[in-house]
Amino acid sequence: MGNDIFSSEALFEAWQIIKTQFPLAIWETIYVTILATVFAILIGLPLGILLVAGEKDGILPLPSWLLQILNVIINLLRSVPFLILMILVFPLTRLIVGTVVGTTASIVPLVIAAFPFVARLAESSIREINPNIIEMAQSTGASPMQIIIKVMIPESVPSLISNATIAFTTILGYSAMSGIIGGGGLGKIAINYGYYRYKYLIMILAVILLIVIVQIFQSIGTYLATKTDKRLKRK
Amino acid sequence: MIEIKNISKRFNTADGIVEALNNVSLSIADGDIFGIIGMSGAGKSTLVRCINMLERPDSGTIEIDGCDIGKLSERKLRTVRRDITMIFQGFNLLMQRNCLKNVCFPLELSGVKKSEAKKKALELLDIVGLRDKAKAYPAQLSGGQQQRVAIARALATNPKVLLCDEATSALDPTTTNSILELIRNINEKLGITVVIITHQMSVVESICKNVAILDGGEVVEQGTVSEVFTHPKSKAAQNLVFPEMESGSAIINKAGDRIIRIVFNGASATETPLIARMAVQKGIEANIAYASTKSINGKVYGSMLLGITGDKEVVKSAIDYLTRTSDVMAQEVENYG
Repeated sequence: MGNDIFSSEALFEAWQIIKTQFPLAIWETIYVTILATVFAILIGLPLGILLVAGEKDGILPLPSWLLQILNVIINLLRSVPFLILMILVFPLTRLIVGTVVGTTASIVPLVIAAFPFVARLAESSIREINPNIIEMAQSTGASPMQIIIKVMIPESVPSLISNATIAFTTILGYSAMSGIIGGGGLGKIAINYGYYRYKYLIMILAVILLIVIVQIFQSIGTYLATKTDKRLKRK
Repeated sequence: MIEIKNISKRFNTADGIVEALNNVSLSIADGDIFGIIGMSGAGKSTLVRCINMLERPDSGTIEIDGCDIGKLSERKLRTVRRDITMIFQGFNLLMQRNCLKNVCFPLELSGVKKSEAKKKALELLDIVGLRDKAKAYPAQLSGGQQQRVAIARALATNPKVLLCDEATSALDPTTTNSILELIRNINEKLGITVVIITHQMSVVESICKNVAILDGGEVVEQGTVSEVFTHPKSKAAQNLVFPEMESGSAIINKAGDRIIRIVFNGASATETPLIARMAVQKGIEANIAYASTKSINGKVYGSMLLGITGDKEVVKSAIDYLTRTSDVMAQEVENYG
């Protein structure tokens, strides 16, 4: 088999597939990952902030049972393997998108799988803030909402960007998995051609492209996190 | 006028209940620079946080200009906090904002227009001598400069009271002096009441008018600074004035000697030591009973206890001689045993 991978027919066939399938697959992968990341952040960030602010000594203490429920839901969703979760959320996917197969439909399970992860990441970013800064804001007469919007979020922007990059790359990995239930993108190509039809060259190429996309987004994320961090500005 | 009446505060910790404050009463007059001094764990930080209700006392009341702030709603309290601002040991600047935006922060909170806030912030940066650093970020500034920005921020809402929580403890002696000088200026020019929490005798001596000594959550002594430090009655006050006694080594002193306490607060070091000069020029022989001084950039900081044999007149002329040097304070001390 080893010789077949690079045989002239295999190379020709691979080139055909690259030309016809890869541009759309790359676009689908990026589109699904970005949309899923955005939705996961929209749900996960406020949740992560709430986990910190809502603590007993926090700036906006929540009833402890409510905090407990939030934590349980997050841990529960994070424990379910993504492959199983995709199937479990079929009813919800159908409700929102109208169908359970296809690229857009794969965004729903991705968001459900990613937002608890994003909430934990956001929680850790917010916890990095020096508590004395929060005390300063309180002593200055800031309301809990003002502390969240003017202190907690802006002060943790570099860390939030780093963590958003981690979330993005993780979701990219998940989105490849969603190829199994008909989600589009590079993952689907890798599975359909590589796994089902033994066209390993295609699979390897798809994986290399995924690696390149991860590299690009990680570099952008690291650059932005460093660039926005005013603590790194030296004299 | 800040009226603290019988406040107590306990904390539940892993080691059981800690009584942070026990029936503390103090009154701080308008325009005063009031020092609250004590060792760590004496309850100073809790006390100062009760003044703006960052900590709510378990019992007792805090009245500011006759208003019992413990009874206010959270919303009202936030308005009151604009009148009682605070600076901290760790400066607590917003690290992702530049200096100008840091000073604007309290103004933003109270809804002042952006252009007005900026104008006011620039004026304040001028007062603290950092107008040229408006666009710099806190990480680019030294500790002393950061504290100046924090002071400018604390002044932004035209407060009546400035609380200083170990505001100079993270700074070197020279910077400490310049920050204290700034605080004194602010007190004089703007008439803001200043409450200073510290564990450093030198801070209280160089700036405060009145002082309270806190020990084990209780006020053990209070009065004017010179009164308290020249006649330390309580054990805690004596430990501050005679630091050696705490470690057990007795002060070497002849019976019947009078004790003078000298404080060096940035006096220029000279070739002939001050005490030796006094012996030569005035004929007053002094026995150095205790000394803890250090020289930084040619300036001397610290304190000394001198034993002098002689009557009140001799002591007086010694004090006159010593205080002729600038940045040296000297006073006779009683109750040292």
